[in-house]
Amino acid sequence: MAKPNSGHHPNLSYVLLLFWLVSFALFCSAAPAEAASAIPVVDPDAWWIWPLALFVVCFFLGIIAVPAGVGGGVLFVPIVGGFFPFHLDFVRGAGLLVAMASALAAGPSLLKNGMANLRLAMPLALAASISSIAGAKLGLALPDNIVQTSLGVTILGITVLMVSARKSEFPHVPQPDSWSAALGIHGIFHDGISGKDISWQVHRTPAGLVLFLVIGFLGGLFGVGAGWANVPGLNLLMGVPLKVAAGTSSMILSMASSSATWYYLDNGAILPIIAVPSVIGMMIGARIGAHLLTILKASVIRNMVIAILLFAGVRTLLKGLGIWT
Amino acid sequence: MESRHKPHPEQLHYATVLHWSTLAGFIVLIATFVVYMFGWLPANIPLQQLPQLWGLSASEFLRATGTQTGWSWLFMMGKGDSASLLGIAMLSGCSIACILAVMPDYAKSRNFTYLMICTLEVAVLVVSASGFFTAH
Repeated sequence: MAKPNSGHHPNLSYVLLLFWLVSFALFCSAAPAEAASAIPVVDPDAWWIWPLALFVVCFFLGIIAVPAGVGGGVLFVPIVGGFFPFHLDFVRGAGLLVAMASALAAGPSLLKNGMANLRLAMPLALAASISSIAGAKLGLALPDNIVQTSLGVTILGITVLMVSARKSEFPHVPQPDSWSAALGIHGIFHDGISGKDISWQVHRTPAGLVLFLVIGFLGGLFGVGAGWANVPGLNLLMGVPLKVAAGTSSMILSMASSSATWYYLDNGAILPIIAVPSVIGMMIGARIGAHLLTILKASVIRNMVIAILLFAGVRTLLKGLGIWT
Repeated sequence: MESRHKPHPEQLHYATVLHWSTLAGFIVLIATFVVYMFGWLPANIPLQQLPQLWGLSASEFLRATGTQTGWSWLFMMGKGDSASLLGIAMLSGCSIACILAVMPDYAKSRNFTYLMICTLEVAVLVVSASGFFTAH
C-alpha cells in the first residue's frame, strides 16, 4: 500500500503493468501467426495495420522507457524485430533513428542546465561515431541469423547488466588523469535535491575512450542505441556523477547514432513507414512517461522492463537459432 | 536555489542550435509523413505493396524495387516516400550543424584541441553522410 506522502502510486504502477502485459501478451499471441502469413495473404488495403500497431507499441515503450531509465532503442529492436513482420535491417535502422531522435529532443535542456557536458561528450562521441559506422557496415553485411543470434545474446547480456550494475550517485575521483586534465573535462552541476553545487572531475579517460569504441560498435551493429552502456561507463569507470552521466550519455548517443543512421539511410535500410510511426509513438510516450515519473513506482517499471527484455532476448536468440521462427 | 555556475558559452550555443535544428527536423518529418500517408504525393512504391517488401533484407529490397542507394531520394522530392526521408536526413544532420556552429567559439577561445576534435567529428559525420562507406 502506498505511503500517503511517498509521491508514488504503486497501485497505478501495477494497473499499468497489468494493462501493458495483457496488451503485450495478446499482441504476441496474435502477431507471430499473423506475421508468418502476413506477406503472402495480406489484404492490400490493410497495409496501415502494421504502422498503426507499431505506433501503439512504441507509445507504450516510450511510457515505460523513461521511468525504467533506459533508452527506447534497446526495447524497440528486440520487440519489433521479434514480433513484427519487418526485416531486422529495417528494424535496426528505425531503432537507431528512435534512439537518436529521443537524444536530440532531450539535448537542449540537458546542456542548458548543466546535466550534460559537451567537453566530456565530444571526445567519447568521436570514438563512438567512428566505431558505430564499422558496426553498421558489418551489421548489414552479416547473414540475418548471425545478427539475430548475436542480438539475442546482447539483449540477454544487457538484461544481466541492468539487474547487476551498481550505481554511484557521486563517485569519488581523487585525481583527474592527465588526459582529462589536458582536455579540461570537469564541471559543476546544481543538484536540485540537496540544493548544492557539486563539482566533479573524471579519471581513466583512455579506458573510457576504448570502452566507447566498443559501445559505438555495438550500437551501430544492432541499432539499439547505447544508453544502457554509456551511463555505467561514464559513472562507474570514469567517475562522472550519475545525473551528469545520464545527461551526457544522451549527447554522445545523438552524435554516435547519427553517423550510423547515415550509413543505414544511404543503404536503403530506413523505411519511413516503419521509422516515422516508431519515432512519433516513442516521443509521445516518453513525454507521458516523464510526467508519470513522479507518480509511478520506478522499481516496478524497471522490473517490468527487465522481464520484457529477458523475454524479447530469448525470443530473438531462438529466432536467430531457427528454433522459434 | 539556482546555481551560480553557468555552462561554457559554446555549450549554450550548441544547445540553442540543437533546439532549433531538431524542431525543424521534427516538423518536416511529421509534415512529409502526413503527405506520404494520405497519398497527397504519389509514392515510388505504392503503400499497398509494402507488406510484400518490408520482410526482405535491405539489399533484396533495393534489388526488388530498383531503388538506388545514397542520395538518389533527394532528387525525387515529388514522391511521398522520398520526401518523407527529408525529415530523417534533417534530424541526422542536426549534430553536424551544432558542431559547425560551436567551432568558431573554440577558435575564438584558442581551444585548438577541441577545435580539432570538432573537425574530426564533422569529418566522420560528413563522410558517413556522403555515402563513401557504402561505396567502399
